[in-house]
Amino acid sequence: MYKYDDYDQQLVNERVEQFRDQVNRRLSGELTEEQFRPLRLMNGIYLQLHAYMLRVAIPYGTMNSTQMRQFAYIARKYDKGYGHFTTRQNLQFNWPKLVDLPDILADLAKVQMHAIQTSGSCIRAITSDQYAGAATDELEDPRPWSEILRQWSSMHPEFTYLPRKFKIAVTGATSDRAAVAVHDIGLRLRRDEQGELGFEVLVGGGLGRTPMIGKTICEFLPKEDILSYVEAILRVYNQFGRRDNKYKARIKILVHELGADKFADLVEKEWEEIRDSGLHLPQEEIDDFRAHFLAPAFEGLPALSSVFSEKVSADQDFAYWVQNNVREHKQQGYAIANISLKPIGGIPGDVSHQQMDALAEMADRFSFGELRSTHEQNLVLPHVKRDDLYDLWQELVKYDLATPNSGLITDLIACPGLDYCNLANSRSIPLAQRISKRFGELDRQHEIGKIQVKISGCINACTHHHVGHIGILGVDKKGQEFYQITLGGRADENAKIGKIVGAGFSTDEVVDAVETIINKYIELRENKDETFLTAFNRIGAQPFKEALYGTR
Amino acid sequence: MTLQVVTANRLDDGQAVFYSKDGQWASSIDEALVIGPEDNDEETLAKASSEDNQLIVVGPYLIEVNGDEGVLVPVRYREMIRTKGPSVRPDLGYQAQ
Repeated sequence: MYKYDDYDQQLVNERVEQFRDQVNRRLSGELTEEQFRPLRLMNGIYLQLHAYMLRVAIPYGTMNSTQMRQFAYIARKYDKGYGHFTTRQNLQFNWPKLVDLPDILADLAKVQMHAIQTSGSCIRAITSDQYAGAATDELEDPRPWSEILRQWSSMHPEFTYLPRKFKIAVTGATSDRAAVAVHDIGLRLRRDEQGELGFEVLVGGGLGRTPMIGKTICEFLPKEDILSYVEAILRVYNQFGRRDNKYKARIKILVHELGADKFADLVEKEWEEIRDSGLHLPQEEIDDFRAHFLAPAFEGLPALSSVFSEKVSADQDFAYWVQNNVREHKQQGYAIANISLKPIGGIPGDVSHQQMDALAEMADRFSFGELRSTHEQNLVLPHVKRDDLYDLWQELVKYDLATPNSGLITDLIACPGLDYCNLANSRSIPLAQRISKRFGELDRQHEIGKIQVKISGCINACTHHHVGHIGILGVDKKGQEFYQITLGGRADENAKIGKIVGAGFSTDEVVDAVETIINKYIELRENKDETFLTAFNRIGAQPFKEALYGTR
Repeated sequence: MTLQVVTANRLDDGQAVFYSKDGQWASSIDEALVIGPEDNDEETLAKASSEDNQLIVVGPYLIEVNGDEGVLVPVRYREMIRTKGPSVRPDLGYQAQ
């Protein structure tokens, strides 16, 4: 993991003290709310329905056990005993008091954390593949590149007041687990014909009111040019992005209005000016960053573990958890353990302080002290010995963290919605809970197979509902909650925006509607191996429309 | 026209509060000053938004309510949730007290 140097630590410490002074000045009346609001937002502090909310940055979803323990401490001491992992790999506390927030930020700084880049019209925290450094399909670890981008973008003076927020995602694997195509910039490590690694650069992806898939404007960028090229994109956006209408201010609108080719030409022109500047990355510097992300001290282990195999045979519940939540690791004898934060009928992404402490302990005991957060609101222990999986699972069971539903229908993503969020039009969590309960029986989940359901409580689309296999958008219809369903979206390397299936459903109808869709899929699929998405792509939306609305 | 009250979030802890008859800010909507159809809502909002109040609350605004003084229910669901707490966590917020 990246470790702060003295400069990083000083910068974060000074930022906390600046904010302490800003809070004091707000409380004394020296600053008005209008003056204070952008300052608190730059420190990740929002004002929501019931209280302030602090969004803590977890850079590219990577954290250590010490940081997880500190989250538990903050949840206990200053909040209401829990935190919420978000679809941006970050953590939110829902109840901090403004007067405590400088102390909370100081406590975060003690463990090399902060809330910078979690709000405002700046380059937001970089997101990446939760399996970085562990995935079998990884071409190169995306974390050093994410960290390089993080350091370049943190408090970048030229890009602190962009037309709108700006999100960058990086993947180094062939399977895209970071949804890079729906970010303002998506970076995919890939090989050229000579076998060299470089970046494919996508730009102008994003969801919200105007969902768009990013366009590739550079097929292959030499890695050492990443900062100058990304800076060139930001400069073009900063100059030409619209500031007159916040709904048209994201880069996707600019790319769409200019056309990707014209946009690419502008970037190219800008890039020529700065390509050989101080932004060019010397190999030594890249190597310095890589040194922060060396593989942990893996043991040389046999490919097959008899201990593990015996436990799988002996314990059906464990076997199900392994089947659904454990993934292959690139190091022989190790595995990636997905920890579901979606207990049946629970609140997606919520973790109690006891669970946080237990997870920190498990990370120390089983995964070199490392944890990851995912944009699907789950956690990962990235490096677990296969021999240890059973012990890990038993610990997870004790803390209600062993739900074996990774990638299944109850692993659904839901934003905080109207239960917490100031922007929401409708609730998301209760719907997620009801769908989870409806399909909670494990045999039924296995029967349905892999599927992603994503629920957003407003058009800002925090859960990426447009690219859910089943996406659900909550709207307010004359004071009543209504839910609009989209089908056939996907967020992976073949990203695609789903299509709205028809008129919305009331709160009472919507779970039945989801079940109708699922039943229709099971009826029409060619066999059990044909996933919902594959079947949908084969048969189209019409059979689902007829099932939902009749043949009208 | 329905009745109205002024609501805001308290500056120091962010909790939802309601402008009361005595010009204070109450945690319970039932203590709110009720603005009837004949009353001047903008004047009440201006009072609630005074410089002094800006040191106590953030962003006062009017909401529509049903009922009588003492038993008030917001018209919009969003405001109902603010008066109680998250519907998915009955152990949190005002509803838990």
